[in-house]
Amino acid sequence: MKTQDFDIAAAREQALSLVAQVLDEAARRNADAAEVSVGRSYGFSATVRMGEVETLEHENDQDFVLTVYFGKRKASVSSSDLRAASVADMVAAACAIAGEVSEDECAGLCDPDDLAAAVADLDLDRPWSLDIAAAVELATECEDSARAAPEIVNSEGASVNTVRALHCYGNSHGFSGGWSGTRHGISCLVVAGDDNGMQRDGWYSLNRYSPRLETPAQVGARAAERAVRRLGARKIASCKAPVLFVPEMARTLFACFVSAVSGPALYRKTTFLQDTLGKRVFPEWLCMDEEPLIPGGLHSAPFDLDGVGTRAHAVVRDGVLDSYVLDSYSARRLGLHTTGNAGGVRNLAVRSNAGGFDDLVAEMGSGLVVTELIGSGINPVTGDYSQGAAGFWVENGALAYPVEEITVAGNLKDMFASVARAGDDVDERASIRCGSLLLPEMTVAGK
Amino acid sequence: MAKALDLAKENLLESSGLDENSIGGVLSSLMVPGVDDAELYFQHSRSESWSLEDGIVKEAGFGVARGVGVRAVAGEKTGFAYSDEIVLPALMDAGAAARAIVQSGGDGQLQAWRKSGRRDLYPEDNPAASMGAPEKVALLRSMDEAARRADARVKQVMVSLSGTHDIVLVAAADGTLTADVRPLVRLNAIVVAEDGGLKERGVSGAGGRFDYNTLLERHDPRELVEEAVRYALLNLEAVPAPAGEMVVVLGPGWPGVLLHEAIGHGLEGDFCRKGTSAFSNRIGERVAAAEVTVVDDGTLPDRRGSLNMDDEGMPTQCTTLIENGVLKGYMQDKLNARLMGAAPTGNGRRQSYAHLPMPRMTNTYMLPGRHDPDEIIRSVDRGIYAANFGGGQVDITSGKFVFSACEAYRIEGGKIAAPVKGVSLVGNGPDVLTRVSLVGNDLKLDDGIGTCGKNGQMVPVGVGQPTMRVDGLTVGGTA
Repeated sequence: MKTQDFDIAAAREQALSLVAQVLDEAARRNADAAEVSVGRSYGFSATVRMGEVETLEHENDQDFVLTVYFGKRKASVSSSDLRAASVADMVAAACAIAGEVSEDECAGLCDPDDLAAAVADLDLDRPWSLDIAAAVELATECEDSARAAPEIVNSEGASVNTVRALHCYGNSHGFSGGWSGTRHGISCLVVAGDDNGMQRDGWYSLNRYSPRLETPAQVGARAAERAVRRLGARKIASCKAPVLFVPEMARTLFACFVSAVSGPALYRKTTFLQDTLGKRVFPEWLCMDEEPLIPGGLHSAPFDLDGVGTRAHAVVRDGVLDSYVLDSYSARRLGLHTTGNAGGVRNLAVRSNAGGFDDLVAEMGSGLVVTELIGSGINPVTGDYSQGAAGFWVENGALAYPVEEITVAGNLKDMFASVARAGDDVDERASIRCGSLLLPEMTVAGK
Repeated sequence: MAKALDLAKENLLESSGLDENSIGGVLSSLMVPGVDDAELYFQHSRSESWSLEDGIVKEAGFGVARGVGVRAVAGEKTGFAYSDEIVLPALMDAGAAARAIVQSGGDGQLQAWRKSGRRDLYPEDNPAASMGAPEKVALLRSMDEAARRADARVKQVMVSLSGTHDIVLVAAADGTLTADVRPLVRLNAIVVAEDGGLKERGVSGAGGRFDYNTLLERHDPRELVEEAVRYALLNLEAVPAPAGEMVVVLGPGWPGVLLHEAIGHGLEGDFCRKGTSAFSNRIGERVAAAEVTVVDDGTLPDRRGSLNMDDEGMPTQCTTLIENGVLKGYMQDKLNARLMGAAPTGNGRRQSYAHLPMPRMTNTYMLPGRHDPDEIIRSVDRGIYAANFGGGQVDITSGKFVFSACEAYRIEGGKIAAPVKGVSLVGNGPDVLTRVSLVGNDLKLDDGIGTCGKNGQMVPVGVGQPTMRVDGLTVGGTA
């Protein structure tokens, strides 16, 4: 069983015919407009733990989501049951529910002029000629490499997975299109131990093209190194200190920024960045561009969930907010134009003004490196920020010792305005691409 | 019991042309030599949601998830596949994929079907049908009006009502053939208040395994939304919280999230079997103050975390995790119980047919102690009173956990003083309960709002505790 054997062309034809069938059925039931998306995904993952196969999981998903409009009233239904009779029942259910809700002036499909003119081929579908036996072999190699480190005393396992997914969308403006993409990953999570206790950490590599993945041995070695360096972590005294977020944590701060300038937060007026379009949010050197059309990009997509063509554009220019993050509905609510962001940002790149992680540690001199954040202590309305953290204390421009059981706190508005450095150690695995981020001061709570 | 099984058979098997014989055939094909257990998990889940914003109900939705998960277990190995189509060829394909964990072929032995007795903790009817659409719309509108009437500073109200009806059938090679029909409803309110350019939000909610009418009998919708207003207004006045380690008094009810994070996850059988939990191999050790007893109880009538049976068809139970400060037991699913030589505890749960089961909590709470809650507050000279919480998270290996307070006050000279802004509190799971110095006599369970995430799978859970004093948690403020 290989993902390349999954007949994507046939699946796409079936999905587009389901799109047409659902739109016809909605029209037959007198809906004024309708839109439907159909998803399919197919793949598997193999997990090896302590040298033995632990799980083989096969993924085979299908679903559709339909929204119908009767004038300014709308209702949505979703289902994994694609039997013809069930689909017809779901369309009927959507039409019935729509009659019960109130009119919403802004409800409706996207503006027809915004629809993707053509579905760009972004070269996102590159199946991996991998069968389960080969996946098990790679996962074993990955975990072996991690367990080779003498301090690694236990393992949560190494996994290799590959998925091929199809995304089709159509609406009653006459638009209908689909695209497919692959996603391959190697991950490893291990436990290091000594007399003081255990520490767990891991690493993963993720790409649409399997040749671009880090090797299993590299992933395993990095997982081990990350777990081992946490051994002997201690609590530090409460203080105010500079804080350097590694790329995986820095992007969680930018994710707060993205949701704070996104449509729903703006039209609900539930954001600490209300009315900041054209205003300074970051220091003057900081720029952020969305690049949704990068060929082979992990988060690239030719059109958004409204069927709107995605396009490269600046979000932050010279520290000033240049564009909100909007879908068609929220744009209409705000009297603005959609930015092609139904479904979120795609490859949002934060431009760097510094070297890599080591350079930033050296520049910081002394302070805190944050490698892990846990909890839900972020208030999107006020920007108040307080999260559990683990990482390293830095002295004389070098990592001195690991720390844990502390919090870092501040206010996101002040944190954004004060960013000192964005590193060039950019992590391309997530929809927000950024390097390490240095903030001059946060409150650290410990002993 | 018979009713749930009949309903599940009709909905999941007969409508797909299947019966006990044909699913027995699939299980038999899975039981090749070397396979210890094989299981089919059929599910048909229907859910609806209604939401109000800007004073009008403008969003409503309905969803169906239907499919079957097929699992083969051999020693520590698990093969798993699922299908959104409940038809025999898809079942056989999924079965072939799942049993690929062992290389050999040939049909194995099945145990005769064993139809077990079952609890009756909640009604079987679809909650969505318990109230008409116009009444649902009117309910949400009345809550919007109540919030705006409560205080002129209320600027935004978002209220939602949702209900799920879940029919599951479990058939396993060990003879398990059982079903459960599970209702789950939830009412939620988010309020934003504004005063002098400052904005704050308040959140409240309630739910359980019953229909909408019971929900409204138990929780007055006006009081529920007024509670959200109260939080929002309180937070408008809140001052920055202090930073550092201090005495923290936790309020009753939902603050039991602390137990869920600090010790609950670390006592799940999978982590303990693998030795990756900070609590591994510590049964019989003292892990808490003598006054502390903690249980996980899936058998409480109509609670959000309760189940008649778990997702492996095992009856749920009340499991003592900590008794008078001593670690007593772990929470198990079938796989981990077998590998650890322990009995299953009815904690095998899964998000859906498309996910593998694993040990999960149900309703986790601390039994009441002897102290009056006011006496506990009076005992603290300087500290924090955390009356209500947001969510939490734990690293089960290092044992470090965090949770966020959304309603908190300073305690000064034994009295509750100024409200402080929401903060995270961090601690160390294996020793936090040893720092519990006073346990209140006011045990309260949460209002039915909890959802727990583990390995990317979400399941509904409950928590609870009495008021409790902890001598030393790190408070993550800025002041």
